[in-house]
Amino acid sequence: MSAVGAAANGAGADVRHGRRILIIWVIANVILVPIVIWVVGPHIPPYHASRQSTEQHNVNVVLTALATPVLLMIWVYFGYSIAVFRQRGAEVVDGPPLEGDPRIQITWLVATTAIVLALAVYGTVGLLGSSNGAGGGQGPTPLAKPANAAGALQVQVIGQQWMWTFRWPGYGGVETPYLVLPVNREVEFHVTSIDVAHSFWAYELGVKADAIPGNDNVAFVKPTQVRSFQIRCAELCGLWHGHMNTTGRVVRQAAFNTWIAQARVRYRGVTKQLPPYSHVYYPVPDQRAS
Amino acid sequence: MSTIESTPTTTPTKAPTFREQLVGFHLIWGVVLAAVGYFVCHWLGTKVGGHIDSQSATDQDDLAVFFGFLGATLGWLIGLGFFNYPLSRMLGRPASLVEGEEYGVWRYFRLCTDHKVVAIQYFVAVLFFFGVGGLNAMLIRGELTSDNATFIPAGNYLTLVSLHGTMMLMMMSAGVLGPLGNYLVPLMIGARRMAFPRVESLTLWLTVLAGFVLISAIFLGGFPTGWTGYVPLSVEARAGMDAYLFSFALIGISLCLVGLNIIATVMTMRAPGMYWNRIPVFVWGMLTTSILAVLAAPVLFAALYMAALDRTVETTFFLASNGGSPFLWDNLFWFFGHPEVYILALPGFGIVLEILPVFARKPLWGYRVAVAGMFGVALLSFMVWQHHLFVSGINANLRPFYMFTTELISIPTGIIFLIGMGTLWRARIRFTVPMLFALAFFFNFLIGGLSGVYLSDVPSDVTTHGSYFVMAHFHYTIMGGLVFATIGGFYYWLPKITGYKLDETLGKIHFWMMFIFFNLTFFPLFAAGLLGMPRRVSNYNPSLHALNVFVSISAWCLGLSLLGLLANIVWTQLLVREPAGPNPWLSKSLEWQLPSPVPAYNFERIPVINSAPYSYGIPDAPPVADFGKPAVLPGGPAITPEGGVI
Repeated sequence: MSAVGAAANGAGADVRHGRRILIIWVIANVILVPIVIWVVGPHIPPYHASRQSTEQHNVNVVLTALATPVLLMIWVYFGYSIAVFRQRGAEVVDGPPLEGDPRIQITWLVATTAIVLALAVYGTVGLLGSSNGAGGGQGPTPLAKPANAAGALQVQVIGQQWMWTFRWPGYGGVETPYLVLPVNREVEFHVTSIDVAHSFWAYELGVKADAIPGNDNVAFVKPTQVRSFQIRCAELCGLWHGHMNTTGRVVRQAAFNTWIAQARVRYRGVTKQLPPYSHVYYPVPDQRAS
Repeated sequence: MSTIESTPTTTPTKAPTFREQLVGFHLIWGVVLAAVGYFVCHWLGTKVGGHIDSQSATDQDDLAVFFGFLGATLGWLIGLGFFNYPLSRMLGRPASLVEGEEYGVWRYFRLCTDHKVVAIQYFVAVLFFFGVGGLNAMLIRGELTSDNATFIPAGNYLTLVSLHGTMMLMMMSAGVLGPLGNYLVPLMIGARRMAFPRVESLTLWLTVLAGFVLISAIFLGGFPTGWTGYVPLSVEARAGMDAYLFSFALIGISLCLVGLNIIATVMTMRAPGMYWNRIPVFVWGMLTTSILAVLAAPVLFAALYMAALDRTVETTFFLASNGGSPFLWDNLFWFFGHPEVYILALPGFGIVLEILPVFARKPLWGYRVAVAGMFGVALLSFMVWQHHLFVSGINANLRPFYMFTTELISIPTGIIFLIGMGTLWRARIRFTVPMLFALAFFFNFLIGGLSGVYLSDVPSDVTTHGSYFVMAHFHYTIMGGLVFATIGGFYYWLPKITGYKLDETLGKIHFWMMFIFFNLTFFPLFAAGLLGMPRRVSNYNPSLHALNVFVSISAWCLGLSLLGLLANIVWTQLLVREPAGPNPWLSKSLEWQLPSPVPAYNFERIPVINSAPYSYGIPDAPPVADFGKPAVLPGGPAITPEGGVI
């Protein structure tokens, strides 16, 4: 009972503190949220080399813009409390015995639930709708496909310790150690591995798909800029994991046609030795030991 | 009400002589018999399994290594005295209910059934292995001052990374349940011991053994997989991988048993009047963590067992080329692995929410909601594991579901922040060292939690997955969260454990150095991840060189700051020794009403609990418990001072 009385006595003080915190928070937001969106935002990776990386960039900016008010609310509240509610001197004094307010708790729960639901819907729409899987590995039967998926350029990415090779089923199953892609065309990566788990990461293109032995991992991307991009391995794959890098290029369609034609000629001998094109490859099983 | 038989009625009478102590069961015999057991069983293993494993071209016979570790475990437990009790029961001899408690200093080096002794053993063990893992991190940062492999060979670098990760995950998961949980749970609920004192000691010595088995990986060729042990890399790795599998399995058993013990203790051994709504929030943290440990650790054990079979007797659970699937490991490992992440978060919640009311001088704001939040985290943690596999191609069409459940976890986690904020509202805050660490917990965990939102959102995760962004995220939650909370709890409860104060000034220097350099170390790594630096590499894009040098210097300063804690312990606990008194923080919690250090058997009489321990500022609040009169169970018989029932 006394707790209720003390809380009621302190109600006037509560309002002033609450209002001050609110004002500081609003001012901080007014200053910082535009800075986050328009000053910091354009510098948040992964920039605009493909439709998927543009989508990821936008998501990162939106999430940062949403996180800023939350961060500021907690910081302002804690900063204010630390500055104002501190006990000076050595004396130990008890505070008001407030044991919880269901209205505030319910408001908080409703607010956080609303934010979470909004985030989940936003993420799902971005994943399945606008960016065709957002450049992530979707397994052998992708749900999110671009509208013209049938006409996509098929590229198989094969991970092995410790290099990437690329196989082109539309061009006689030739295998190249380089990745060259035409600009403004849907690309359908089929990522697999012939030894341990790797992860195909085309950083600027916003593509990441694990290369798992025995699995055909599909990822879609549509490059929109003529440029080079870095390819890395993002899953620990043994001794030279950090060296499993290469550079890919996005070129104009004509340059791509020339390049792939030359590659077919140059690797003609190798292509004959290769097993027929398949979504997965199983190397000789008794080579289990490193 | 059944009679409370397990409560000891026989206090140890006669201290054993030095000779009796020396020839008895203790650590020296444990080490000797473990070594003997390893070599005997390793030899046995080569005889049994040499032909099975001959297909493998690895340098060691994996089956023999596993046999060796099993023999070492057996010898270790025999030497420490774990078989005395079951053997004497089997032979029909009357067995003592207490063991090792009368052995003076020697009790710290053997099986001992006193929960306070076990907790101190845990403290030392966890601090030691935390130091080993920390030094690994210092070496890793040394290598990363260069963008190409320099002074650590690539294989050794991977072993360092793997050792650091596995050691920290193993030791931190036992890091609160073991020391603080074992010490405080009986004190906080008004009990004299844990429900299963021998099991309690067993979990400790298994943890110690696990730490050394893991370190032995260095001598078996190291292991290249990181703490996640992904197949098929782990199936092909050298014999150091066996040490990883065996030590992690030991920790799995240990975690499961710790969990069972704490659950049983809280369920059955509360003092009269310690109703569910009066249990301190720290005990709720321990209870929810224990539930996670009991449910998750067996799954880990199963996965490790299958990996061990793949490595030794050539099964193919995880080999796609022979009908197995690497995804099986991924699923099993992360089904354990994600609850494990919350095994590393919930104790932190418990500690900070326990510290906050004491130094805010206010009741915990929203006790029931805080408990509900912890249970919410525990429940949801079993429903999110595939967010670790968003780009792996496994069940990719379920990604919206796992995105949703992952984001749901921010609701119960947000509750913990709400409770903290409510407790600080119009409080009378005293900035002691434990309070500073508790406040820093909120600062760090907020950044850790918000960065988790990027990882839970699939389009954003495609960039950040497997990069330094993830690494920075979980260091913010585990180190910035759990480690800060644990060190805060250490500063808070150590005067109770040893009876001597820690130095506040030195503590504040330690805190500020650790807080500043922690943030300078890990915040830039979010940028490194977003700029395309994968985890676990020793060479990276030269454009990130300056950033990494900066991080390395900060990391070394962070490491140095922890020496402040060590200096504080040595200075105040060994040299100056200023008595702390029973209640230096003026806390209302039950454990602070006892003398420091806590006497044997904790309570002269089992106390009768009057209220939850957060009645700050309530003028007519009764004392938290009555210690004087014989305890009377509601509607039941009285309990004698010895703990028996009249």
